[in-house]
Amino acid sequence: MLKKNVTIGLTSGLEVRPVAMLVQIASQYDSRIYVESGNARVNAKSIMGMMTLGMGAGETLVVSAEGDDEEAAMDEIEKYLVGTK
Amino acid sequence: MYGVTVTELIKKMSLKNILPEIDTDKVVLAHPDVNRPALQLAGFFDHFDRERVQIIGYVEQEYIKTLDPETKMERYDRLLCSDIPCVLYSRGQMPDEDMQNLCYHYQVPCLVSEKSTSELMAEVIRWLKVKLAPCISIHGVLVDVYGEGVLIMGESGIGKSEAALELIKRGHRLVTDDVVEIHKVSDETLVGRAPDITKHFIELRGIGIIDVKALFGVESVKDSQNIDMVIKLEDWDKDREYDRLGLEDQYTEFLGNKVVCHNIPIRPGRNLAIIVESAAVNHRQKKMGYNAAKELYNRVQANLGLGAPSSL
Repeated sequence: MLKKNVTIGLTSGLEVRPVAMLVQIASQYDSRIYVESGNARVNAKSIMGMMTLGMGAGETLVVSAEGDDEEAAMDEIEKYLVGTK
Repeated sequence: MYGVTVTELIKKMSLKNILPEIDTDKVVLAHPDVNRPALQLAGFFDHFDRERVQIIGYVEQEYIKTLDPETKMERYDRLLCSDIPCVLYSRGQMPDEDMQNLCYHYQVPCLVSEKSTSELMAEVIRWLKVKLAPCISIHGVLVDVYGEGVLIMGESGIGKSEAALELIKRGHRLVTDDVVEIHKVSDETLVGRAPDITKHFIELRGIGIIDVKALFGVESVKDSQNIDMVIKLEDWDKDREYDRLGLEDQYTEFLGNKVVCHNIPIRPGRNLAIIVESAAVNHRQKKMGYNAAKELYNRVQANLGLGAPSSL
């Protein structure tokens, strides 16, 4: 299992559209992907779950991935969150 | 760590704040219990539950009256300097001047309730227990089916939301889709509710977000619900054994509480809503004392033992 701290670089933070995009990315992989922030731990493939996080730009969350394609998944998600993609 | 502020306590219990100058927003209660400081007022401070709400009832107040002024001041001082969250008088009793002065000195909120002591204690404890209950957030769908709280779990995309929608159309109520906040209210009770942001909304792949309350009416939603059983949906795996009889219950655990759990394999063409409905109503029947699997077992046993006629 991979675990990584990622700081959100998207200028608008986790707004509705970026969240939908992120969920799309996560859903392409078979791995179990979770996002944690404070007390909350949500499935990255769940739109509603990700909406409840309500995180802005500059905040840090913990992404974890577990499965056969965990490395690729982690890579893509990190790229998207940091804003380089 | 969870906490509630004394401001919330004042509001909820309609308490009178004797010293409104003290900022009650900053005082946080983290312990779901109360203490009646009778022993402390008598001078015994070992094992003092200082983090609890300190309730002074009629007996304590009468006892204080028997003390000489010096002893009284000394005990008050020791009580209030112990970093307690607040002092709460019941039965509308007014704290004496020394108490008020010391409370102000140590910045301890001083409150008064009109309720009788035991009633006040029960109310405060009950409310704090709910407010401070341990809480987790999990991935799943919670529906109220025939009054049973059914938590449907399973991987993303397996059809939880679709099952929920079908159940709503059949007259059951949605509590939350996708994210369930579970609060452990007692060792037996788990209460599930929706995060405020996604309350009453369902996400359906290909359609998007729908507002269940607006589309299907108030009767199709519910704010919170006890969790009575869990249904785990999974892809049909022919190598796995699924429960065929239901003689023994299987359980899953949340926050240390056990909940009955059914693993249900899905395959195209299986009507999930009707399975969930049957599971819920069967669970209800078991609670009422009838177990169909046991009944079948008894019949088979009777048939073997007594050679009962097949025309039974």
